[in-house]
Amino acid sequence: MLTFIVRRVLWAVLVMFVITVLVFVIFFKIPGVDPARAIAGRNPSPQILAEVRHQFGLDKPFPVQYGTMMKDLFITRDLVSYSNQGQKVVPEIAAATPATLSLVFGAAVIWVVMAIAMGVAAAVLRGTVWDPLLMIVALIGISMPVFWVGEVANLITQSRLHDTFLFSWVPPLGYTPLTQDPLGWFKGLLIPWVTLSILYIGLYARVLRANLIEVESEDFVRTARAKGLTERRVLLRHTLRNSMITFTSLFGLDFGVLVAGGALLTEVVFAIHGVGYLTYQSLTNLDLPTIMATVVYGAFFIVLANMLVDIGYAWLDPRVRPT
Amino acid sequence: MAAILEQAEVATEVRPAVAGRNPWLLAGRQLWHNRIAMAALVLFLLIVVVCLAAPLYANHVAHVDAFANNLNGTTVVNGKQVPLLEQGGGVLRLGETPIGPTWDVHHYFLGADSLGRDVAARLLYGGRSSLIVGIGSAVICCVIATVLALIAGFFGSATDSLLSRSMDVIWAFPVYLLAICLGTVLLTHSNGFSVGPVHIDATSLWPPTLIIALIYVPYVYRPVRGQVLTVVNREFVQAAISQGASNVRLLFSDILPNVVSVVIVLLPLMIATTILTEAALSFLGVGVQPPNASWGTIINDGLTLLYTRPWVTLAPGIMIVLTVLALNVLGDGIRDALDPRAKLRVKG
Repeated sequence: MLTFIVRRVLWAVLVMFVITVLVFVIFFKIPGVDPARAIAGRNPSPQILAEVRHQFGLDKPFPVQYGTMMKDLFITRDLVSYSNQGQKVVPEIAAATPATLSLVFGAAVIWVVMAIAMGVAAAVLRGTVWDPLLMIVALIGISMPVFWVGEVANLITQSRLHDTFLFSWVPPLGYTPLTQDPLGWFKGLLIPWVTLSILYIGLYARVLRANLIEVESEDFVRTARAKGLTERRVLLRHTLRNSMITFTSLFGLDFGVLVAGGALLTEVVFAIHGVGYLTYQSLTNLDLPTIMATVVYGAFFIVLANMLVDIGYAWLDPRVRPT
Repeated sequence: MAAILEQAEVATEVRPAVAGRNPWLLAGRQLWHNRIAMAALVLFLLIVVVCLAAPLYANHVAHVDAFANNLNGTTVVNGKQVPLLEQGGGVLRLGETPIGPTWDVHHYFLGADSLGRDVAARLLYGGRSSLIVGIGSAVICCVIATVLALIAGFFGSATDSLLSRSMDVIWAFPVYLLAICLGTVLLTHSNGFSVGPVHIDATSLWPPTLIIALIYVPYVYRPVRGQVLTVVNREFVQAAISQGASNVRLLFSDILPNVVSVVIVLLPLMIATTILTEAALSFLGVGVQPPNASWGTIINDGLTLLYTRPWVTLAPGIMIVLTVLALNVLGDGIRDALDPRAKLRVKG
């Protein structure tokens, strides 16, 4: 088990290295892209361009540039943004993290509860009209672009029905920190939570239903019934428990991706200044240090989630444990 | 009870005749009898046909140019000429609001956007771009992934580990971030870019198509490689090897036909995914570029008008939902027909 974990950690480090090089190459080596031009502003003179290049070390060889940036990012942690002069990148990301975490945690709670309810309901009601109906609803949820759902939610809660009793409590777009005003935090995030969770409710309900039906035909379920257990107990303690394995590992991966900046579209639509929003802004400004930092941060969470899921899986199921 | 008897009858009648039939024919027949999947196919084809007819609608029904600004234009509502952009209210009459939906197919059916362009005509042209990018990137992605999976699974050892590790690295990148990175770099300078002798214009549909195709390669690669690995060790492949079949022959006549069903199951689900991705990228401004429109860019155009003229945002979203829903239902049907054990799943 220990060698397994060590190997996973080494692999994770390698992946992070390759990703940082990849991002560096994308932004520096694709011909026609010039970070100096992005820093210098509109129509810079050649002298200013050269000065900017020298000042930001863009005239140095590629490995030196890469090394300097990694040193500033990981060791001295004083990497400075190109477009927002003087702004240090690492604290900027640290400041944006609570918003992203709030958004993703809340959405995750909603999607896990709703997906289990829908998946179990569909599997239990198999053969009735409710099962296909629930699955169609789940499929519609999967088919809706999240940013569009967000816009429609804004249209309804901020404009059309804002003056009715239904949505008069919805505050203007933006994020209120939990420590500052817990009630405002909750009110401001409720609509974004629901918006973000719709896709995942649909996905997970479908996966759970399929797994439940698959497990239903296993021998141990028959044995449990033969022992005379109640249907309720068979469902909760035997079928559901074994069906949750795929669900849990998927959850780990999706949660990692969302914390890593995958909630970017939701953050942009609801003006929540989290990590995804920061990434989006830095990309539009070609602000390489911020892009690099957010990508490293994102890759870190994804690799971490992958690693935890793998280790958890190996812990739960000895068959996948490598010797 | 009658239904069960009927089914039993059909089963006993059909079984002897079916034995030895082409598996594709069987799958096709099963799909044909899946009424929901067929309805989804009809809906999807309908959307494709309507979108392909965009120039016909623009030129012969609505008589508009979907891409030219029309700030001072007028249209007819209830027999009266009205300006497309209404001046704002108040003393200063600041700001302009484009005309809303007239629900008259000849005159700005869905209203105008902030540049006075016909939203309905743009919706159809946008659908063309969205479908071209979506289908194109899904097909390109599946072809690249299949070729790589064949190579990796067939040659094994070092080739396999190299390819599979590279895929894992792309996998560790959040797909949207990778796509937005590439989109930003390739589209923000207006001249386009050159790959060898081929010059690709940044405003053409190629950059988003290729970017989206690239980022989803690992998603198709993994299941296809798994299938290649199981097929490679089957007896018929061993028999072909012992008869001295060349590698190319083994790959394309023995292995490929046995993995292609995996790709076919994935294809409609991939198209659904790529259409959603295209919309997201275009919404963020790093997908389809003007003068081309797509459903994503129209939603983006509608943002400033969201509270006054919501149909500019609502209509393309509804089109996306219908298209993607049809593809997902169709994909489910194809999976049920081709892969009864249904182990495959694509994340949306």
